[in-house]
Amino acid sequence: MILEARGLTKNFGGIKALNGVDLYLRRGELAGLIGPNGSGKTTVFNVITGIYRPDRGTVNMDANRIAGLAPHRISRLGIARTFQNIRLFRNLSVMDNVRAAYHPSVPYGPVSAVCRTNRYLDGEKAIGENVTELLSFFSLQDRRLEHAKNLSYGDQRRLEIARALASGPKILLLDEPAAGMNHSEVEKLMGFILEARKRFSLTILLIEHQMRLVMGICERLVVMDFGEVIAEGTPAEIRKDPRVIEAYLGHRPAGDTSEVRD
Amino acid sequence: MKALPSLAKALAWLAAVYAAMFAFDSSGLANPYWLQVFELACITAISALGLNVIYGFTGLFSLGHAAFYGIGAYTAALTLKSLGVESQPAFLCALLAGAAAAALVALLVGVSTIRLTSDYLGIATLGFGIIMKVVFDNADSFIPRLGGARGMTGIAKMTTLPWAFVLLGGSLLVIRNLVHSSYGRALVSIREDEIAAGAMGIDTFRYKTAGFVIGCAFAGLAGGLYAHLYAFLHPSNFDFFKSVDVLVIVVLGGLGNMSGTLVASFGWVFLLETLRVVLPPEYVEFRWVLIPILLVVTMLARPRGLLGIGEFRFLRGGAGR
Repeated sequence: MILEARGLTKNFGGIKALNGVDLYLRRGELAGLIGPNGSGKTTVFNVITGIYRPDRGTVNMDANRIAGLAPHRISRLGIARTFQNIRLFRNLSVMDNVRAAYHPSVPYGPVSAVCRTNRYLDGEKAIGENVTELLSFFSLQDRRLEHAKNLSYGDQRRLEIARALASGPKILLLDEPAAGMNHSEVEKLMGFILEARKRFSLTILLIEHQMRLVMGICERLVVMDFGEVIAEGTPAEIRKDPRVIEAYLGHRPAGDTSEVRD
Repeated sequence: MKALPSLAKALAWLAAVYAAMFAFDSSGLANPYWLQVFELACITAISALGLNVIYGFTGLFSLGHAAFYGIGAYTAALTLKSLGVESQPAFLCALLAGAAAAALVALLVGVSTIRLTSDYLGIATLGFGIIMKVVFDNADSFIPRLGGARGMTGIAKMTTLPWAFVLLGGSLLVIRNLVHSSYGRALVSIREDEIAAGAMGIDTFRYKTAGFVIGCAFAGLAGGLYAHLYAFLHPSNFDFFKSVDVLVIVVLGGLGNMSGTLVASFGWVFLLETLRVVLPPEYVEFRWVLIPILLVVTMLARPRGLLGIGEFRFLRGGAGR
């Protein structure tokens, strides 16, 4: 178990965004978090990554209690994420987006930077090489001087994942990575996520609405509705779970044996 | 040693410029009035570069820059007076004391207000600026030598063309090197998207405070030079409107553009002085009508700043590109 959340509760005014959510991730797995709009999936991400402090509940990563830590502390422990509404550094180049994410492990101090010592020059060179390698993997190398805001939508989503991986995370949280993508783009993204998991030895949790992607690559699914986890299991089990079908499609009339489809 | 050539080159340039300026200054060729205007332009540029670090690079909206400029000015003037010697090293100590005082106050203000976002931070720094104006006005009640609302007199006239020019060059060098490093990228990423920067492991609170303190230190340094340029300080030189002047320069030059800040600073100071000479005496105050009109026109024509996103060659790029 690399990550374990227990009894997460978060209220916004009178709205119970999370109501006792239990969630875990096994090392190396690729899990999906699904549920209707407003069921609290992104809030779970925001609590895990420290953007929100939970009202109650704990999050443990390995042996560390991380609930309530500042986002940068959690990031440094090895949790990286992307955002539902892409949050790139829009006016920075593709290269600088990734370079900025290497900052937590910068090998020189500010005085070195101001004096341009060897330590600075070597450090910049090392960062540059890492960035080049990462951007090549994401096929963004030839667009490295482009401003992030000028990239196509699909490239922006890929760049966000590249930037997230720059910090060398153990856990990657993807918030709707396929949003707004067409059939063939989703197909490519699926292969790409599997490859990234292998290459960077990641544990991945992703939020997604596109059932093709969820059913296609996730090994385990967690389903949320109204701030609670209502089901958990393999994609095959989830398809047939009556509570899930009810959450997505409403009450089932007697005798209907439909499943959640792609 | 790969680094030495670049540092040595920069120092050699500064030394050459210093020598040239020194020769020019003592030759008596230049009109002393315009020489003083040029020095003021250098000083204004140092202060504006500081605000560019705060607003242009880190994205913190500050309306209290003149207060830090004033803290530097009064601290430097008082330090040199207290030292009792009017030597060049003592002057350098006084300037550094001014910068340090501004940085220290900025740290205190920053730690307490920097959690506020954009507009709210603007209001908080505006409030701080007003407080400091009141402090300057009444400074004579706790330290009589500061002069309070009557102004501070008897300051040595130490600021010369070489001092102003070399310190401007040094400031440009420091800021350029900082901006083109991982630390600069951390600051800019906060400006671009604070939440994403935090999620990438950047301690946003710490770096926002650092950006604010560094920018204010340059304001303090510039203030010290200013105090010893005209040998007279008055609280009205550090009020809200002076903060707006610097803000206008930074916006005109383009946020996050050092070359633009440089051009806008010199343009601003020289335009004001030229108009003072050119306009008939009874119309001199029309400067404050002409300049805003010019401002509106410039912003319409060049919304990203005078130079767009281009930088002068010596301000461009870093290593590893």
